[in-house]
Amino acid sequence: MAGYIARRLLQAIPVLLGTTFLIYFMVFAMPGDPIVALFGDKTPPPQVLEQLRERYNLDQPFIVQYFIFLGNIFRGDLGTSFSGQPVSDILVTTFPVTLRLALMAVFIEMVAGITIGLISGLRKGGIFDASALVVSLILISLPIFVIAFVAQYIFGIQLGWFRTTVGPGAPTQDLILPAIVLASISFAQIVRLTRSSVLETESQDFVRTAASKGLARRRIVPVHILRNSLIPVVTYLAVDFGVLMVGATVTEGIFNVPGVGRTLYQAIIRGEGPTVVAFVTVMVLIYLVVNLLVDLLYAVLDPRIRYAK
Amino acid sequence: MKIKRIGVAAIALAAAGALVLTGCTSGSPESTDGASSSAVITTNGSEPQNPLVPTNTNETGGGKILDSIFAGLVYYDADGAPHNDVAEDISTDDAQNYTIKIRSGLKFSNGEDVTSSSFVDAWNYGALLSNEQLSSYFFESIEGFSYDEDSELTGLEVVDDTTFTVKLKQPESDFPLRLGYSAFFPLPESAFDDIEAFGNNPVGNGPYMLDGEDAWKHNEKIDLVVNPDYDGPRAAQNGGLDIVFYATQEAAYADLQGGNLDVLDAIPDGALSTFQDEFGDRSVTQAAAIFQSFTVPDRLAHFGGEEGKLRRAAISKAIDRGEITDVIFSGTRTPAHDFTSPVIDGYSEDIPGSDVLDFDADAAKDLWAQADAISPWSGSFQIAYNADGGHQAWVDAVANQLKNNLGIDASGAPYPTFAEVRTAVTDRSIQTAFRTGWQADYPALFNFLGPIYATGAGSNDGDYSNADFDALLKEGLAETDLDAANAKFQEAQEILFQDLPAIPLWYSTVNGAYSESVDNVQFGWNSVPLYNEITKSE
Repeated sequence: MAGYIARRLLQAIPVLLGTTFLIYFMVFAMPGDPIVALFGDKTPPPQVLEQLRERYNLDQPFIVQYFIFLGNIFRGDLGTSFSGQPVSDILVTTFPVTLRLALMAVFIEMVAGITIGLISGLRKGGIFDASALVVSLILISLPIFVIAFVAQYIFGIQLGWFRTTVGPGAPTQDLILPAIVLASISFAQIVRLTRSSVLETESQDFVRTAASKGLARRRIVPVHILRNSLIPVVTYLAVDFGVLMVGATVTEGIFNVPGVGRTLYQAIIRGEGPTVVAFVTVMVLIYLVVNLLVDLLYAVLDPRIRYAK
Repeated sequence: MKIKRIGVAAIALAAAGALVLTGCTSGSPESTDGASSSAVITTNGSEPQNPLVPTNTNETGGGKILDSIFAGLVYYDADGAPHNDVAEDISTDDAQNYTIKIRSGLKFSNGEDVTSSSFVDAWNYGALLSNEQLSSYFFESIEGFSYDEDSELTGLEVVDDTTFTVKLKQPESDFPLRLGYSAFFPLPESAFDDIEAFGNNPVGNGPYMLDGEDAWKHNEKIDLVVNPDYDGPRAAQNGGLDIVFYATQEAAYADLQGGNLDVLDAIPDGALSTFQDEFGDRSVTQAAAIFQSFTVPDRLAHFGGEEGKLRRAAISKAIDRGEITDVIFSGTRTPAHDFTSPVIDGYSEDIPGSDVLDFDADAAKDLWAQADAISPWSGSFQIAYNADGGHQAWVDAVANQLKNNLGIDASGAPYPTFAEVRTAVTDRSIQTAFRTGWQADYPALFNFLGPIYATGAGSNDGDYSNADFDALLKEGLAETDLDAANAKFQEAQEILFQDLPAIPLWYSTVNGAYSESVDNVQFGWNSVPLYNEITKSE
């Protein structure tokens, strides 16, 4: 196991280098000069442009810029945004917010999705199953910004149950509505996933054996059916957590969540190379770690999976 | 054993989830009400793109904050007219040498005195090449300024604590009009010790000041409180100002609807047709100091010399501006009648020659035919624009009108980003007509004309050059009387109407709205609400 983890971590190094290079290349290759755009419709004197390019190393060839960036990263310096804030400070303030939002969303979709999916699976073809199918299909087919705007309008503006956007400091109660919106789409997927998995498990021999040896239904369902149905769901949840951690740009924008997605979006719009690259680098790291954890989780849930040498 | 734990955990989680959900939904309304007990105005803003140093801020997110925490020599009222703030008297005999007297006894919010050095040192800092200040070009007309090397502004001289003189490189009658712009704000001496720290926690002399060391919560908001030491014409009529940063206009609008915001100065496109019904007399629609146009450079084939003049006039007459502003912008733009903006002092709708902006398809065809007689038209006419700025609708509409009214092939030429199209315009690699716009830095006619159409001017993207126009601008700048100067500038515009270095389209308007709890909301000439005058009921 330890050897496996070490090998995976080693593999992560070239992945990280490759992705940062690609990202840096794409940001660099983005046509248009961000320094020119900084002045809006006005054309600044060329000397001023030159000075600013020099400050952000934009006057160097691309490959030099990349190595300057890489060198700085190893020294723990992620650069500064145009507003003079160290990018590491921005990371420190935004990631916890997104982490809380992601945890809440995953929690909501897990509890609601597994519960409803389980009931649907156990009462296949019933009214509950049918309505769960309709609801989940609607949620899956709606774009997230539609769900977000509708939820904001109904629950925030009309009913006043929630604050319309997330207030200063991103208090947890303000994050509930965006978390529900984020959870809604994955929730529908989890319902479908759990349902089919439950159906499959229910027809397995060990479930019939348990029933025929006289075990109570309320013991068979959670112990024999649910546990064995959870493997694909857990994978899905973990991957979804990774996706949410790297920022839900649209939802964070609509609810003005001061998290990773909104900050990255703004940095892209403003052409702030250092911020974009630093954020994406951290995102890649998170994604790599989450994926490793998912693989390890398999072994915990399913004893048949073993990671040998 | 393991099996059991998971089963129990699932049930516990479900129960806990239900509790959390019900608990929080019933709890949240109280928490929103509890916040607004004092009369602090909440308004929208955006994370400043640069440190909050007056000479390094050229965008509205930071500008809004700086205007609140600093007081300049002059300030602008709702009509854009300048009035003295820190200045007691600004005088000149020749529009080139100015003597500026400031009020004595004024203080920065850290206790430092505001003296003539506060201005002179700040301007010198802003102008110095190696300080890389975004607004350094504001000082270019002061004697001693250089883009090529670090040099002191030798035209600035401190006479005593409350008097200093300014010598310009040439007469510029609108210099006093500029002095309310943030680049000309004073700085306390302590700012220069560590300008980076200052930019994060600025100390000013304005009606408001930052609410403590960590008032600027990056990417979230900035809290301003009333500066008790401010003693000037812009005294705050409220308890403070919370500027909340939004990444999207939609989120800010939802907060206004949801009662979390008092004043909003930008309405998202999706709500433009409904916000007036929703907010009634609490909605604001007012012309802004923003002029929109597109530029057809001389260097394009068929657009040089006499032929180019005829074709530009034909294009201008072939555009039905009123129809586009009504249909596409639902009245949130006003058709242009000149090259400036209606909010500027001296603006006139009927400058001789401005009828070239009136829609007349027959006259347009006729002009186009005259140009064809010089050299027959070939190819297609394209207008470049940035696709990330919501320009497609109007560009397509203009292209369609040109197609129908002139019988030529016309279309939009989208660039993915603003940076991309600006780069192509700046390095002159662009081979089509292109969208241009101008937002005034200070309320003066000259600011709409000199920087864009004077020969060799910084933002003269179309490389327009006309000696008569240049001469009239110069004469206007040499006048010490504002009305006489404006008369010259209007005369200069008559030349622009003949040459059409840019085809005027429309003026932007600012659209805003405010909540029931605030009163006396007025938008200034620069489309920013005059926050200090807003009152709020408890």
